[in-house]
Amino acid sequence: MSAGERALSDAAEAAAVDARLVSLGRVRGMGVFLVLLGVVTLMAFALGVTGGARATFLLSTPPSIDLSPLVMSVRPVAIACALVCGGLGIVLLVRLRTQGSYLIFSAGFCAFLWAFLAWAARGNTLNFVQMLAETMVAATPLVYGSLSGILCERSGVVNIAIEGQFLAGAFLGAMIGSATGNLWLGVVSGAVAGALFGALLAFLALRYGADQIIVGVVIVAFCTGLTNFLTAQVLTPDQTTLNSPSTFSPFAVPLLDKIPIAGPVLFDQNVFFYGAFALLVLVHVTLFHTRWGLRVRAVGEHPRAAQSVGIHVLSVRYRNVILGGVVAGIGGASFTIGSIGEFSAQMTAGLGYVALAAMIFGRWRPFGALGAALLFGFAVSLQSFLAVLSVGIPSPFLSMAPYVITIAVVSGLVGRVRPPAADGVPYSLE
Amino acid sequence: MSAAESALASPSPPGTPWWRRVLAFVTEANVAVVTLLAVVGGLVVGALLIIVTTPATLHAWGAVGRAPGAAFATSFSTVGNAYGALFAGSVISPSALGHALTTGRGWTGVFTPISETLVSATPLILAGTGVAIGFSTGVFNIGGQGQLIAGALAATYVGFGVSLPLVPHLVLVVLAGAAGGALAGFIPGILKARTGAHEVIVTIMLNYIFLDLLAYLLTTHPLQQPGQSNSISQTIPMTARLPHLFGSTLRVNLGLLIALAVAAAASWFMRKSTLGFEFTVIGANPSAGRTAGMDARRATIAVLTISGALVGLAGMSTVSGTDFFLSSGYGGAVGFNAITVALLGRNRPLGVVLGSLLFAALSTGGRYMQAVASIPIDLTTVIQAVIVFMVATPALVREIFRLREAGAGKILLFTKGWGG
Repeated sequence: MSAGERALSDAAEAAAVDARLVSLGRVRGMGVFLVLLGVVTLMAFALGVTGGARATFLLSTPPSIDLSPLVMSVRPVAIACALVCGGLGIVLLVRLRTQGSYLIFSAGFCAFLWAFLAWAARGNTLNFVQMLAETMVAATPLVYGSLSGILCERSGVVNIAIEGQFLAGAFLGAMIGSATGNLWLGVVSGAVAGALFGALLAFLALRYGADQIIVGVVIVAFCTGLTNFLTAQVLTPDQTTLNSPSTFSPFAVPLLDKIPIAGPVLFDQNVFFYGAFALLVLVHVTLFHTRWGLRVRAVGEHPRAAQSVGIHVLSVRYRNVILGGVVAGIGGASFTIGSIGEFSAQMTAGLGYVALAAMIFGRWRPFGALGAALLFGFAVSLQSFLAVLSVGIPSPFLSMAPYVITIAVVSGLVGRVRPPAADGVPYSLE
Repeated sequence: MSAAESALASPSPPGTPWWRRVLAFVTEANVAVVTLLAVVGGLVVGALLIIVTTPATLHAWGAVGRAPGAAFATSFSTVGNAYGALFAGSVISPSALGHALTTGRGWTGVFTPISETLVSATPLILAGTGVAIGFSTGVFNIGGQGQLIAGALAATYVGFGVSLPLVPHLVLVVLAGAAGGALAGFIPGILKARTGAHEVIVTIMLNYIFLDLLAYLLTTHPLQQPGQSNSISQTIPMTARLPHLFGSTLRVNLGLLIALAVAAAASWFMRKSTLGFEFTVIGANPSAGRTAGMDARRATIAVLTISGALVGLAGMSTVSGTDFFLSSGYGGAVGFNAITVALLGRNRPLGVVLGSLLFAALSTGGRYMQAVASIPIDLTTVIQAVIVFMVATPALVREIFRLREAGAGKILLFTKGWGG
């Protein structure tokens, strides 16, 4: 087979997979949804404001070069957005092709969001750049969590314990970072904590064939109980020494941080953020473009076949699950020494599970998961900004938003996904 | 034949002396032995945690070279105090018993710990049975907290919103609790059947959504207690409360009997009813179920709805049995322990009842331990997790304790991956 032929067959296969995953019915559903959103935009945001209402979006914060704020008249902007959103919905309905439907849907949804933001900020000022920057901050642990999930599940082990590894990493990261005064040691110990629980999962699941989901859930229970216990018993009596780490300060990348919007959003963050992106690229490249990655995927899809060509299935799985634990542990450390600066009981608030949802949404691919993580991050950031703008939505509903979006994403946009074929299936030689 | 009987009967040929049968039974990895050893394992891990986190024992171990006896003595007394309080707070307090025996008075105090354990076991039995029904169909209902909140909310609304005489009111409250939970279970059921969204993620997300919903409702009319700025609901009237079983001081109430009846009904349902059989087949082998003409999607919806209804009853049992009002952050511990008791009971209602009693004793005793021995109650969560770790991995227990493989009473626990 020539290189051209191979590329062709790959493309055909990809298209076939895509067609199987996104049914026409789903495209139709997305179209109807966008049309409805367009109507909502028109009714609520365009007609729900006084004619002269204006919204101001700040487009620059230091250190980027100054841009003048964007002042919009809400009603015409909302009408335009409603037309774009509804129009794209009609495009989806008329076109009825699966390819590119996600792109069109995302564009339509962005139009809706823009109108919503303009409406929410009517007669007020919204720091748009700051909101995007906080999206990145909120997405960072989710990127670590979903990468951890990808590493494990691509090799065929379900890691539902990410939430527990987050807690363990956050706890130990804060304690060691605080006791030694060295934040890098905090990161390392967070990674070690995550790795330990990864090893426990691997040990019980691979050596003893225990059910991976059950072990995972119990690891979360164990970590929750243990960190609660140790917080009350060890940290609280000695808060100043053991639970007051400093946090990594942002590091502005020279020159790049001057770029408008992208500068403060992407190039003025702390080391956890840059680490997440480096790891994302690393996992993507190794998983899909190296022999190591091919082996991992082979073990996750068809372990018996992998075994027959001489790959040691269990050692690949052990290594990946422990590596996944390391990644989740670092992500956990980002909760404490990356942003808040102290550990508190159950501070991860279910984000480990949200990270799993991001992994599923991204179809077990790093960049897909990044997309989902950014979406959830945006929901989190939006929630805090809307609380400040006081748009009249009760705060419990705002804090519900990321979870509702997760359900909508998992059930509406993703639908039936195809995990690695051997995911969660114990492997034995017999 | 029960698991214990079959385990007893299988390995020994007829004519074996009874003591050899007993010996054979206690040295093989059957349900009873593994569970017992798991409990021992959990207590050992808990003891080690107490020793390494208590300053007094740490000091003693720091000087272990000079005074090895003191290190052991301090450890023993610290752990002994903690576990003594755990027992006294959950089962019976020896000092209270002695007092009652000598003076003939204070018998209520003797029975208070066991009554409190039964009170905490009530919602666990209900919710654990609900989760277990899901498990045996291969559906992992992890949304206990959400369904508890839904059931408790419905029961509370009907409790203060309706005025009726005792019996009809109570029946209505019970039904409302079941209906609320059923609705919360129906959502992940229909989403899984119609769109393939995995129930683990949907139910966890629903936990957080219901928590926020509760927080919202508790600050608004009519749920919020009038004249209160705190997030506390109205109190339900006497007609909506489950009556106490043994006088007014002991809190054990009708909810316990409801829970036991529900567990018995669930046992019958899973073993004898057609629908229950369908659930079991689909859980064990979906393609065999399809071949036999069973509708797996319908079963998924039904299972999650029933499971949710039972968890909702658990929510009702706390509102109507002990608390009489709702406050924010409700339901976390029960929601999670429901999963662990279902695992501990190996998805059988009788097992769930026994597991609930054990975990209820741990948490009831844990509160007393926290008060008396100043060991944080979260220790009991750790102990519970270790117990379930070991129950879920019988092969590990077998290896640690050098047990023989069990013949009949073998333990199998499974769920399904993302695809199912």
